Amino acid sequence: MDQSLIAQIVFYFFAAITVVSAGIVVFSRGLIYSAFGLLFTFFGVAALYVYLGADFLAATQMVIYVGGILVLLLFGVMLTHKLYDLNLKSETFQFLPALLVMLSVFLTLVGVLLRTHWYNGGQRTPAPTTAAIGELFMKEYILPFEIASIFLLVALIGAALIVRRRPE
Amino acid sequence: MIGLTHYLVVSAALFSLGIMAVLARKNAVNVLMGVELILNSANLNLVAFSRYSAANLSGQIFAIFIIVIAAAEAAVALAIVLSMYRLVKSVNLDKADTLKG
Repeated sequence: MDQSLIAQIVFYFFAAITVVSAGIVVFSRGLIYSAFGLLFTFFGVAALYVYLGADFLAATQMVIYVGGILVLLLFGVMLTHKLYDLNLKSETFQFLPALLVMLSVFLTLVGVLLRTHWYNGGQRTPAPTTAAIGELFMKEYILPFEIASIFLLVALIGAALIVRRRPE
Repeated sequence: MIGLTHYLVVSAALFSLGIMAVLARKNAVNVLMGVELILNSANLNLVAFSRYSAANLSGQIFAIFIIVIAAAEAAVALAIVLSMYRLVKSVNLDKADTLKG
């Protein structure tokens, strides 16, 4: 087996994991199943990042999405249902119209992007990106970086303020 | 050979599944999961373009900013869901009709 065939098989494997588990997130009846489907979607996307040569971004995806956002969502599931309520169901409504919209969006996007002739500016050779990203953040993107940090602080304080129990 | 289009198709699939979750699920937390899927698909697009169409790292920088915004969005949205649960004792989006005339 030559190398590009193996590369293709690995790519299709991770792409299938990503899309199938995203389907589980959307179509499964149980909320916990959805949450675990989301876990595998995040893993699959992180694997695709590795495949694209974005090593720092893959690690960030694992730490923030899997370790942070998914746990936050699970907290949300647990806090908004009674714990002895084992069949956490999420109903669907307008199923057929939504399916129609989903299919038309998907087919339109795929049709357009298969027909477009994409600009090819030359492939970046895969190399460790962490140092380069750090340098970009400290030089060219210093203002957006600082604004993002302030934004994150404001959002977290605001979230804590929203859920705070108000004194009666 | 795996090219740019393969990644764009995967990303389009993620995006439309996210749209489906936002449109069809009744549970607010599940809708949030759909929004996360949409943000992930946008990220995948940016990183794929950064690899194949531009010879620099700006796409990855943008992806990192999107991750920051996704984290803030998840925190604020869950805070809103929790306070809605406290108010109407449900996270069913149909029940949040207090403002309806």
